[in-house]
Amino acid sequence: MDIQTLTFIIVGLTFALYIGIAIWSRAGSTNDFYVASGGVHPVVNGMATAADWMSAASFISMAGIIAFAGYSGSVYLMGWTGGYVLLAMCLAPYLRKFGKFTVPDFIGDRYYSQTARTIAVICAILISFTYIAGQMRGVGVVFSRFLEVDIATGVFIGAVIVFFYTVLGGMKGITYTQVAQYVVLAFAYLVPAIFISIYMTGHILPQTGFGATIADGVAGSGEYLLQRLDGLSTELGLAAYTDGTKSTIDMFAITAALMVGTAGLPHVIVRFFTVPKVSDARLSAGWALVFISVVYLTAPSIASFAKVNLINTVNGEDLQGVEYESAPSWIKNWEKTGLISWEDKNEDGKMFYSGDERNEMTVDRDIMVLANPEIADLPAWVVALVAAGGVAAALSTSAGLLLVISTSVSHDLLKRTFAPNISDKQELMWARVAAAVAVAISTYFGINPPGFVAQVVAFAFGLAAASFFPAIILGIFHKKMNKQGAIAGMVVGIVFTLAYIIYFKFVNPAANTADNWLFGISPEGIGTLGMVINFIVAYVVHKMTGSAPEEIQELVESIRYPRGSGAATHD
Amino acid sequence: MAFKSEDLAKAYWRENISLVLKLLAVWFVVSYGFGILLVDVLNQFQFFGFKLGFWFAQQGSIITFVVLIFVYVKRMAALDSKYEVHEE
Repeated sequence: MDIQTLTFIIVGLTFALYIGIAIWSRAGSTNDFYVASGGVHPVVNGMATAADWMSAASFISMAGIIAFAGYSGSVYLMGWTGGYVLLAMCLAPYLRKFGKFTVPDFIGDRYYSQTARTIAVICAILISFTYIAGQMRGVGVVFSRFLEVDIATGVFIGAVIVFFYTVLGGMKGITYTQVAQYVVLAFAYLVPAIFISIYMTGHILPQTGFGATIADGVAGSGEYLLQRLDGLSTELGLAAYTDGTKSTIDMFAITAALMVGTAGLPHVIVRFFTVPKVSDARLSAGWALVFISVVYLTAPSIASFAKVNLINTVNGEDLQGVEYESAPSWIKNWEKTGLISWEDKNEDGKMFYSGDERNEMTVDRDIMVLANPEIADLPAWVVALVAAGGVAAALSTSAGLLLVISTSVSHDLLKRTFAPNISDKQELMWARVAAAVAVAISTYFGINPPGFVAQVVAFAFGLAAASFFPAIILGIFHKKMNKQGAIAGMVVGIVFTLAYIIYFKFVNPAANTADNWLFGISPEGIGTLGMVINFIVAYVVHKMTGSAPEEIQELVESIRYPRGSGAATHD
Repeated sequence: MAFKSEDLAKAYWRENISLVLKLLAVWFVVSYGFGILLVDVLNQFQFFGFKLGFWFAQQGSIITFVVLIFVYVKRMAALDSKYEVHEE
């Protein structure tokens, strides 16, 4: 059976499974649609959080970026896991005790202000939009390859599927489908990694494999894999793999923005409202990170294996280039999507990849994970499995984000603020309209992406870091913080960060170089500075305008210990 | 008020904060410290086939994060019981 048929079968089967679960647990009331009845076990919740969390950026894009960026790609690894430590210790248990459904609910009540709440809702919508825009590109990459269509058509098909998938379910459907999605996703990520690791180094564990010596029968056998990769990189005019290219301050800023952003992401935080107890909220964060680490510890090994394999297949083991005529089929398959291309500059009929003027290949980073099993010549079913995993990753996160957007618009903006008299049914209708609009806009960004999937997603984290994180942290740990401070901090933080990203990505992309960046911090890392500004502004404004009222300070006292936690509410 | 006295409430919170700060110090050192700021220093050492700093950035920090959260869960459960503010 060929790869395409197998892909249809495996993707089809996994889809049938998700939709089956979604229908079986179909959302009836609005409460079910938002949060799964507050009765989910911490391990189950951790697994669902992991699936929700690991998006196309983690699954499809991240290892590819690391393959090309080497050590510099570590920002994604540390950034997207380290945030869970903050989440577990500084946010999740307290927000669970507070007992509200959403982050804007918390902000609105803690800062006793409808304005603070509405601003939080707008921040949540902005963050989720940015995030989902990245996802659509990821879905598009998968579909374009396996339907053998160009990337724009792939994005469009993916968008339609994501939309229908989300409106069918709601949170309840999503919690259990996400458990299934995690299993598919992790299996699909690990199987090819293990195969490749055994082939290249003889190690079953990819995590130790990429630090081992290359096995017999593979180019460079006996040499340490990473050492060989460093050597190859230098020879081809690239930075040494284990050294990377980003400046220390930018590494620091991006890692911080991703960590703090993780802890401020509305669709992740909402997960911790679905467990029955405060102690379960702490444990859920731990389990989520365990399940996430399974993939994140594997990603860097996939990255280095893929890079070695790419160089071997394109440049040949003698590094003289390989005849295009005898190029392996994966290169020709991916050429159809427009995501890989070859230009025979020296007209010798051979392909050559390098970091200097000899380079003849354009390779989109986002294809590396999907192409990896093909590059390593693994059986067709493994290739199909990876496609199914990619779809699962993108779907699960998109569904979670669409839910946040639709909740924010229908519940927070309409029901709470602008149209308090609408019925439950109308609220649900508006939730779906909002999801449709979100899908349409993100389809546009999927076709015209402002960066690789993981980079676009990184912007969403920067926005979360600059807006929510300080407001929530101050709300819990500084009981005197008042509404004026929180509002000013959020507004200044998000406006600053958004303006910086928009300027360098859309207004003046030509200027997007380290020389022009503020303190040498790239748009991906600027959320860290936005966060610092938010903290400072909030503190200064608070000092000028007095303390929060006595009853609010008592409220803050009461969320600091677990006893007496009730079920979450959203009135 | 779940605490028997104001002092107990304060003591609980103080112990909580001090635990979190200790764990976050480790969190900072393994990622920002070993993985970023001191990476060139640590890279002079070889850890199996990895340069040590590189290993912390791509493996060691993540493993440490997982351990930190479970330590936190365990220690907080003990703290909640000690002050009798755990959930029934």
